[in-house]
Amino acid sequence: MTTPEKYVRDTILEAKKHPMDHLLRWDRLPHVWCSGCGLGSMLSCFVQALTNTGLNLKKFAVVSGIGCTGRISGYLDLDVFHTTHGRAIPFAIGLKLANPELNVIVFSGDGDLFAIGGNHMIHAARRNVDITVICSNNFNYGMTGGQLAPTTPEDAWTTTSPHGNVEPAFNLSALVAAAGATYVARWTSLNARRLMASMEAAILSKGFSFIEVVNPCPTTFGRRNDFDTGLKMLNFFKEHTVIKHGIDPKDTNIVFGKDLIVGEFVVKTGKPTLDERIQSIGKKSEK
Amino acid sequence: MSKKAPQNEVLTGEHYISGNEAIAEGCLAAGCKFFGGYPITPSSEIAERISQRLPLLGGIFIQMEDEIASMATILGASWAGKKSMTATSGPGISLMMENIGLGVMTETPCVIINVQRGGPSTGLPTLVGQQDVMQARWGSHGDYELIALAPNSVQEAFDLSIECFNLSEEYRTPVIMLTDESICHMFEKLIIPPKSKIKIKNRKKPTGSPKDYLTFKPDDDLIPPMAVAGEGYKVFVTGLTHNEKGYPIITAEAQEILVKRLCDKILLNEEKIRRVENYKVDDAKVLVIAYGITSRSAKGAVDLARKKGIKAGLLRLITIWPFPTKLIEKLAEKTNAIVVAEINNGQIIKEVKEATNRKIPIVLSSKLGGIVHTPKEILMKIEEVAKK
Repeated sequence: MTTPEKYVRDTILEAKKHPMDHLLRWDRLPHVWCSGCGLGSMLSCFVQALTNTGLNLKKFAVVSGIGCTGRISGYLDLDVFHTTHGRAIPFAIGLKLANPELNVIVFSGDGDLFAIGGNHMIHAARRNVDITVICSNNFNYGMTGGQLAPTTPEDAWTTTSPHGNVEPAFNLSALVAAAGATYVARWTSLNARRLMASMEAAILSKGFSFIEVVNPCPTTFGRRNDFDTGLKMLNFFKEHTVIKHGIDPKDTNIVFGKDLIVGEFVVKTGKPTLDERIQSIGKKSEK
Repeated sequence: MSKKAPQNEVLTGEHYISGNEAIAEGCLAAGCKFFGGYPITPSSEIAERISQRLPLLGGIFIQMEDEIASMATILGASWAGKKSMTATSGPGISLMMENIGLGVMTETPCVIINVQRGGPSTGLPTLVGQQDVMQARWGSHGDYELIALAPNSVQEAFDLSIECFNLSEEYRTPVIMLTDESICHMFEKLIIPPKSKIKIKNRKKPTGSPKDYLTFKPDDDLIPPMAVAGEGYKVFVTGLTHNEKGYPIITAEAQEILVKRLCDKILLNEEKIRRVENYKVDDAKVLVIAYGITSRSAKGAVDLARKKGIKAGLLRLITIWPFPTKLIEKLAEKTNAIVVAEINNGQIIKEVKEATNRKIPIVLSSKLGGIVHTPKEILMKIEEVAKK
C-alpha cells in the first residue's frame, strides 16, 4: 500500500535522479564514504566519462582492490569485480587478455595499488596492457583508520607514524610513467571537468593509462594534518593547483605548502599493446 | 619439442614424454585457453610447453611477475569466459593461497597444478615431496572445500588434467592437481585419444534474461549458473561475504548461508567426485593407503606381502579432496590394520584415523621428502601390523 510518506519519498527520489543514475546500483546506496571525501566526485566524473566515450557499456568491466576506493566498483551497474588487496591489476589483466573486446578499468587507492600491489602496477605499465588504472591518492589508509601509506608526505602524522612520517613518499605519476605507461595524468577531485575529460581520454587511449586523483580524506588524514575538513583540502587544491601538461613527471612531487602540479603528463601513441603482441604470435604462425 | 609447435589442441597418438609435458597436453586437450604462471622448479616444463603451444591455438600465455599475480590473473581470465590455469610448486602455491580463497569465494573455475617438492620453505627444489596435501585443503584462510586430484603415472597426469578442468567447470571451484616431482619428471608412454573420445564439461550458463539474473543464485544443485564479463549480465563479484545478488552482506546470517553452500556443493557430491583405485582390496587384512608416486611403491609392497602370505591390498586415492571418508570407514570394517604411506610427516593419515574412528591399528610409513619409498620399506610396515 502506498502511504503518503512513501509517496512523498518516492517523488523526492524521482525528482532527485541524476541523468547518470542508470549506471549506478541504486539498491547499494547510500555509499560508505565520509562527508568531505572526494570519491563521490570521482565516481560522478567516471560515469559521465563512460557515457561520453560512446562505447558499448556492456563491454566495460571495472575491477578494484580493497579499501575505500575499492568500493567504487560495487556502486556501478556494470560487470564489477571487487578482488583481493593489491591484486586488482593482475585480475584485470586476465580479463583483458582473455577477452580483448572488454574495456577494463581498475579503480583503487594508493595503498592498494602502490604498496601491496606496487609490483603489479609497474609490471602492467611495462607490459603496456591495454587497461586504464584510476588511483585515488588520499595519502593514507582510510578504511583501516588512517595508517601510513607509501604516499604519506614526510613528517605527516598517521596512526602508524605518530612521531611524524620518516619515509619519503612515492610520486605515483612519475613511477608509472617511468615504468612505461602511455597515458599519465594527475588531477585533484576538485578538477571535476578536467578529470572527467581525462578519464574519457584514458579509456579511449590504447595502452596502459593511469590517472592519479588527489583526494581529500578529512576523517583519517586531514584532521590530523591541518586539513580538518574536506573543504580546507579543496581550498588548498584551489589555491595551489598548477596545470602543467607535458611536464616531466619526475618534477611533480607533491609537497604540501608548495604548488600541486596537475595535468596530462604523458600522452604517447603508437606503442603496441601486450594483447596486440600476443595476438600477433598466432597470426605470424598462420602465414 | 620442436621449434614449430603443432597447431591442434589434441595431439592424438602415442608419445614418450614427461609428466609435466603430459599435464600441459592434458590441459590443452581440456580446452584451457589461458595460462598465467611464474617459473618454479619442478613445474617449469609445464609453462614452457604451454608457452610454445597455446599462442598458436588462439590462447593466451603470460608469465606474471609472481605467483600472487598468476593466481589473480587466471581468476580474471575465467571471468572473461576462458578456461584458465597455472602451474607451480611449494613456495609458489603458498603465495597463491589468498587468491585461491578468492576463487573459492567467487566460485571461479580454474586449475592449479602443484608439482610438489620437499618443504618447508625453499626446501628441496629438485626433489619429490607430498607435504602440501593439507595445505591444499586448509592453506587459504576461512572454511572452504575444494577438489584435489593426485595422478600416479604420466598417462594419468594427462587424464586427470582433463578431469581437473571438467570438475572445476562443473562445480565452479578451483581444482588443485596435487602431483609431485617424481611423476612430473619421469618419462613414460602416453596415449592421447582422438579428440572425439575426450569428454569435456563446460560451466553452466544462465538461461534467463540478464534482468532477472542474480550472480550467485544457485540452482537446486547448489551451483549458480555463471555469466561472465561482457555478456550484459552485469555480474557482481566480491570476495566479501555476499548474498545471491553478489552484494556484500556483512552479517552472521549471510555468512552461514554462503559458507554452508560453498562447502556443501563439494561435500554432498563427494561420492560423485570420488576416484580411487582398488588393488587386491577385497580380501585384504592389511590395507595400504597411498597416492601419487608413493602408490607405485605401495603396489610393489602389496605384491611382496602377498608372496609372503600376508593378505595385503592397496587403496589408491586419486581424489584427495573431498576426502573419501565414508569409503574408508566402510573398508576399515573388513580389514585388520591400515598402513598409510606418504612423503610427509603424516598428513593424510590423520584423515584416515578420523574416518576409521581409530578402531583398528593405523601406522604411518613416512618419508620426509627427497626420496620415494622403496616397496620394502612399506612392506616392513605391513609386516609390523600383520603380526599384531
